Amino acid sequence: MFEHYLSLFIRAIFLENMALAFFLGMCTFLAVSKRVDTAVGLGIAVVVVQSITMPVNNLILHYLLADGALAWAGLPNVDLTFLGLISYIGVIAAMVQILEMFLDRFVPKLYNSLGIFLPLITVNCAILGGSLLMVERDYNFGESVVFGIGSGVGFALAIVALAGIREKMRYGNVPKGLRGLGITFITVGLMAISFMLFSGIQL
Amino acid sequence: MVTGRGWIKNAEMANPMKKFTVLFGPIFKENPITAQILGVCSALAVTSKLETAIVMSLAVTFVLAFSNLSISAIRKHIPGSIRIIVEMTIIASLVIIADQLIKAFAYDVSKQLSVYVGLIITNCIIMGRAEAYALKNPPIQSMLDGIGNGLGYSLILVIVAFFRELIGSGTLLGHTILPLYTDSGWYIPNGLFLLPPSAFFIIGLIIWAIRTWRPEENEE
Repeated sequence: MFEHYLSLFIRAIFLENMALAFFLGMCTFLAVSKRVDTAVGLGIAVVVVQSITMPVNNLILHYLLADGALAWAGLPNVDLTFLGLISYIGVIAAMVQILEMFLDRFVPKLYNSLGIFLPLITVNCAILGGSLLMVERDYNFGESVVFGIGSGVGFALAIVALAGIREKMRYGNVPKGLRGLGITFITVGLMAISFMLFSGIQL
Repeated sequence: MVTGRGWIKNAEMANPMKKFTVLFGPIFKENPITAQILGVCSALAVTSKLETAIVMSLAVTFVLAFSNLSISAIRKHIPGSIRIIVEMTIIASLVIIADQLIKAFAYDVSKQLSVYVGLIITNCIIMGRAEAYALKNPPIQSMLDGIGNGLGYSLILVIVAFFRELIGSGTLLGHTILPLYTDSGWYIPNGLFLLPPSAFFIIGLIIWAIRTWRPEENEE
């Protein structure tokens, strides 16, 4: 049991990295990776939001939306799976809002350092994509917790690494047309190759 | 409403070229991916085959056109404070329609697209065009802007998919173009092009090419 969760966790971080293998959250991945400190802030925010929203969406799926999930309310023949998309995005928006209010009230220091990243996360495809992958792969509650934390950590790791490379790259002599976005894409491609090396690992 | 329609007519009569620029401007001049970094999110994962890329492009163009149209149609009735929620709801409903249509008419492709059709909701292009264009312009013009931006996005997606499928498996839309050596041909496929990193390289090179062609877009 433990081994299964550990393998899921490691796979979510390296092999199935949200940004580098699934192209999820690319907008923020490219836009917020110019400096390491902002990248760390965004990374923490993604880990927190991802590890809360994924289990919540899992519960919503299994107790409200799935085929026959409304049996406890006396409606065994109702299948609401087509409402999935709209409920997940609603849950994510609501969770981000609640988290924002909570941090503002109880941990103002963290709230100030995360700043604009929290609302931005609502439209981050890594969060919605994680929930949709969780649905597609039919994870149970425990697996969704592990997958949520793992994929969040994977995204944070990738964005901090990219920010580190981009900070150093400012001193490099990049061809004119390739400066900025172009060279960033090529760097991301090289990073994606290096993350794929972990595919040999069997746990 | 009457005054609103009159205003559209005047605007159109005043500059007949405007519709053309609204529709075709985004495709070449201000292409969404290169100029705005928007919408790269979900785009690249479906480009290992040309067919899935085309279906994805159609879905995005459909959602973009109709979300712009409907948001622009009710733009005077949306209170500013809740406009994001209203836009989200409209976009999410349109994505559900697109998703169900693809499932109904192209089931195999919908399996390959997996979660990426759903992710059109969080695609920054759609939200971006709604905020930047549809809230300020009349419906028909907004719809044209949506189609234009959708086609610009499709162009990049199809270019990437074209190279990935051709070099990665020697086929286009499933038809053999370069006969593989395994089938007594001559071409040895480059497996790297079927893996995610190749999409990043191709996009990087496309940006390089566009910026060499139009140096005014260079950064720094």
